[in-house]
Amino acid sequence: MTSTVPGLESVAATDTNAASLRARNVSAWFGKRKVLERCTLDMDARRVTALIGPSGCGKSTFLRILNRMHEVIPGAQIAGKVVLDGVDIYGGELPATQVRMRIGMVFQKPNPFPSMSIYDNVLAGLKLARIPVSDKDALVEECLRRAGMWDEVKDRFKEGGMSLSGGQQQRLCIARSLAVRPRVLLMDEPCSALDPISTRVVEETIAELAPQITIVIVTHNMQQAARVSSQCAFFLVEEMGEPGRIVEVNETKKMFESPEDPRTLDYVTGRFG
Amino acid sequence: MTTETPTTVHERTTVPSKGPKRMRRATALEFVGALAVAAGAVIIARSTFGLESLLGLVIVGYLGFVATIALVEVIGLPHDEVSDLAGEESPAPALQAVPDMDESPDLPVRRRKIKGEDVAEYLVAAIGAIASAELIRVFLHMDSLVGVVIWGYVAFLGLFFVLARDRLSVEAAVDRVVSVFVWSVGLIVAATLVWMVSYVVVKGAKALSWTFFTQDLSKVGPLNSGGGAKHAIIGTIEQVAIATVAVIPIGILTAVYLHEINGRIAKPVRFIVDAMAGLPSIVAGLLIYTVWVSKYGYSGLAGAFALSILMLPTMTRASEEILRTVPDPLREGALALGAPQWRLVQRVVVPTALAGLVTASLLAIARAIGETAPLLLTAFGSTDTNYNVTHGPQSALPLFVWSLIRLPNTRQNDRAWTGALVLLILVFVLFASARYVSSRGRRRLEGRR
Repeated sequence: MTSTVPGLESVAATDTNAASLRARNVSAWFGKRKVLERCTLDMDARRVTALIGPSGCGKSTFLRILNRMHEVIPGAQIAGKVVLDGVDIYGGELPATQVRMRIGMVFQKPNPFPSMSIYDNVLAGLKLARIPVSDKDALVEECLRRAGMWDEVKDRFKEGGMSLSGGQQQRLCIARSLAVRPRVLLMDEPCSALDPISTRVVEETIAELAPQITIVIVTHNMQQAARVSSQCAFFLVEEMGEPGRIVEVNETKKMFESPEDPRTLDYVTGRFG
Repeated sequence: MTTETPTTVHERTTVPSKGPKRMRRATALEFVGALAVAAGAVIIARSTFGLESLLGLVIVGYLGFVATIALVEVIGLPHDEVSDLAGEESPAPALQAVPDMDESPDLPVRRRKIKGEDVAEYLVAAIGAIASAELIRVFLHMDSLVGVVIWGYVAFLGLFFVLARDRLSVEAAVDRVVSVFVWSVGLIVAATLVWMVSYVVVKGAKALSWTFFTQDLSKVGPLNSGGGAKHAIIGTIEQVAIATVAVIPIGILTAVYLHEINGRIAKPVRFIVDAMAGLPSIVAGLLIYTVWVSKYGYSGLAGAFALSILMLPTMTRASEEILRTVPDPLREGALALGAPQWRLVQRVVVPTALAGLVTASLLAIARAIGETAPLLLTAFGSTDTNYNVTHGPQSALPLFVWSLIRLPNTRQNDRAWTGALVLLILVFVLFASARYVSSRGRRRLEGRR
């Protein structure tokens, strides 16, 4: 269990870390209500995929299915496959904890652990999974640098995680996710609780991380999707009560300039949603 | 007497800011009230102060009438601000640029300042209430103090309402009466507590001395001085410590099962815990008496078992409530990092809730430390110091108090009061530390260290 996190010992080998993630015919239910139907999406390594669409169309549910966080909710069920570099994460080969360690997640609202200092927050994933680390200081510095906040906090490690501003807390959560060396990073509207300046810093962080790791981001902000992603998937619930479906998957540039589906055009030009 | 009324009506009609309808009602009430005060003054003067001469009574009545009318008029006079707000004739202020604010002092404005009229209103209502209570006492021959106080209180609320309605409006009057009522309820609770605590402190301070903590009652006769509660203090500490050590882990683990795991039998377990919380404490004592004491005899350990039964539901439910306050996003964050659930509970949930869990434990201890009934049948009580918790009768502070207060002997009774005082101090220290720990925990969760 301790040796299964790839690249943990070699700090430099970060760009070999990314993995591709392929969702095949994923459907999801909450109790008896079907919320997603047959969603198929390829998320290639070292690319940023943005999931866009109006509220309640299943983007976040789809994202949570990608690292088995969907099943944490009572009554949640899924069908279909999610393949991480050839391994079906629902196939039973990997326990859920291992899947989540490889596919990290950043949430809508920053959630640093209040009982831990900034330093311990970064190392929290390793402590929670009981993975020994040889050089903690180096790892903390590297993760905070990659999250773009090293200079802001290097003199205040021992302070509580809650003493930071909202944007800093969110970047601390990104650093915390990076510390377990995930191969994919999922972000569920990471900037929706942040002010424009913090949003810009987080977007810069995403841009810096993009060559090293596979990123999937849910966003309501279409300018953000256009800025940070190279590929977009458009989710839509066509009629009230129906499950959400993927309407179009395309390169971001094409998606916003010449989408293939008329519904996508309506959405990205702001005619509804 | 009747010649007074037209004057008041005339005076009132000259007041520009009041509507005619409301004014008439208020004047009639004033008149009736003044008559009542006059009659009350006559009756009180006669029966309470023994004034018998007719002239004297007439003078008292007249003075009472005039004084009441005058007071109500003074209170009812329109204040500048009030007439500005309610005045129909005052022209709407012309629009103008923001006035030069430099002249007004840059100080916070106290909008709820108590003004002179307010004080007068309270005073008049209080005087009226005392008079009404006196009237009721005289007429109904009510001799109980509690009855008179309740009547006086009701009269106070009524008079206060009428006065405030007259001066302001019905809504404002209801608001004021309700706030007076809520204030007085709070005062009653606070006063009861202060009275109870000071009673115990005064009574208990008599026999309080150093020897109270260093001696027991084994060699002290009922009439001798000296002696103390060393045996009871040791018993309480040992029994409560054992019960605490047993209950805290079981209580917290049960709470973790109920809230974090929420498994199949969570509902029945929660039901049983709730039922246990309502268990009469003597039944806990009886249970231990049957299954333990009848075989192994009285002991402090048996007492600790009985206390554990009483502490467990308090501890469990309080801990569950505390775990409920840990935000779910923290659990999701930990799970998303690849944490197994037991590590999540151990490293995130429990540390985040730690201050609350400490508070829950301290409150459970405070509940158990004053229990008497379950100890009667288990620890039994003794006058000797018994360090051995596993064998032989052992005393405890509540048992010490209970056994000594029943004796017909002031010296023993004084010791019982001192025992109660020591118990009270122990509980107070526990509560104070609970408050301290929880306030520190809250500060940390809010990001201040």
